[in-house]
Amino acid sequence: MSITMSEQTINAPASQARATQNEPRLAIKNLDFYYGANQALKSISLDLPDCKVTGMIGPSGCGKSTLLRVLNRMYDLYPGQRAEGEVLMDGYNILDKGTDINALRARIGMVFQKPTPFPMSIADNIRFGVKLHERLSKADMDQRVEWALTKAALWDEVKDRLNTSAIGLSGGQQQRLCIARTIATRPEVILLDEPTSALDPISTLKVEELIDELKRDFTIAIITHNMQQAARCADQVAFFYLGEMVEVGTATQIFTAPRQKRTQDYVTGRFG
Amino acid sequence: MNDGAEHIVKSYEHELAKLRDLVTQMGGLVESQVALATDAVVNGDGAAATRAVEQDPAVDAIEREAEQFVIRLLALRQPVASDLRQIVATLKITGDLERIGDYAANVAKRSIVLNQFALPFTLSGLGHMSRLVQENLKLVIDAIDLRSPEKAVQVWRADQAVDDLYNALFRELITYMMEDPRNITPCTHLLFVAKNMERIGDHATNIAEVTYYAITGEVLPEGRPKGDNSAYAIVRPKEQ
Repeated sequence: MSITMSEQTINAPASQARATQNEPRLAIKNLDFYYGANQALKSISLDLPDCKVTGMIGPSGCGKSTLLRVLNRMYDLYPGQRAEGEVLMDGYNILDKGTDINALRARIGMVFQKPTPFPMSIADNIRFGVKLHERLSKADMDQRVEWALTKAALWDEVKDRLNTSAIGLSGGQQQRLCIARTIATRPEVILLDEPTSALDPISTLKVEELIDELKRDFTIAIITHNMQQAARCADQVAFFYLGEMVEVGTATQIFTAPRQKRTQDYVTGRFG
Repeated sequence: MNDGAEHIVKSYEHELAKLRDLVTQMGGLVESQVALATDAVVNGDGAAATRAVEQDPAVDAIEREAEQFVIRLLALRQPVASDLRQIVATLKITGDLERIGDYAANVAKRSIVLNQFALPFTLSGLGHMSRLVQENLKLVIDAIDLRSPEKAVQVWRADQAVDDLYNALFRELITYMMEDPRNITPCTHLLFVAKNMERIGDHATNIAEVTYYAITGEVLPEGRPKGDNSAYAIVRPKEQ
């Protein structure tokens, strides 16, 4: 089964197209993942609710990043890695062989730990991804660039130098540019893998404020090693340990009264 | 209130232990204050009254110290889960203990006035009520020390008996006042004494609720058995 993306779907704002739906945007069901013989994820089941932020926490090597990489089929690039189970989006299992990976990645965007601007102008960074999926007139493209940069709370800072190199931006600005680049293709889901770990506290807060804004239109999954960040940003928080999802609950529940002892030990800093 | 592993950061573990020590220390002081105040009223022990009043500044000092310490922990450690619950609970518990200390001191002060009167009735009802209150207070301090949700629930349930005794005492004292107006001054003081004891019981119950939450992460249900009905008690003047 493949995900077919009509011109209309991709141009309709994601939030409008699903305003009445209460189903999770992504439903992960009994997901196993293997790096060769090594099982990195064990029977993970987790819903990413629509227009909500899901925080993923857990020690290094617990499988959080692996899970994000599964969600937009990043692992396809590497032989010997395989996923079993289901990740349902609109009823389709995106893990199916027939899935159009490029269309999928337009619907599920990803931002990495370190800012990764392309060595080109600020505007071209935004145009690059859009051009892969859509043919827009110059006026429409300019509008899209402004829209994405505005959404990413960067427009006012860069509007007078759109044609200068993105490499000249500060780290925080570069990361917001990467977020703008991701949302420019109008995805439905944004995956953020430790998006602020390389940023100073003020830039971090700007990105967190941005996440708060973006969740009106997008479904967001964020990996973070910063407990307070998970507590501040996330609606629901999932705790992973040794490839298992130990517990998922509202941020309030996880950080005031976790049900599992392993969660408790991890969030309070008692892990041995 | 975590029964499991220790913190990776040892200094944090030490700070939490120190916080627990402050509560235990304050609980012990307040417990003895209430015992002294009871002794002062029921047995007319003037020396006990003085000691109960003199302990009050020490109790207040620990409360201030605990408060400062809690603010520091919140700012510097950003506690979560069981640690957060313990730290916030400490803030509330020390507040309740401080109030209990105030009530005990007030009872002690009134006992000094009461000693100047020859009472034509016994104070056995008040003695009984004070004993119950002291048992609850001791039990709730044990609940904190031993991190026992069961003991906390026991205290939470036991307050009804104190309230019943208070209501009975209220009516009894009004009867004495109606019998003889010379009883009005001592009985008014005794009403305040009884009310203070009843309030001490309420604060012990508050501590039980907070302690239960700190240990289990769950909130005790609304609608604790409450029974101070004296606000509705009517004693009619004798009709002509």
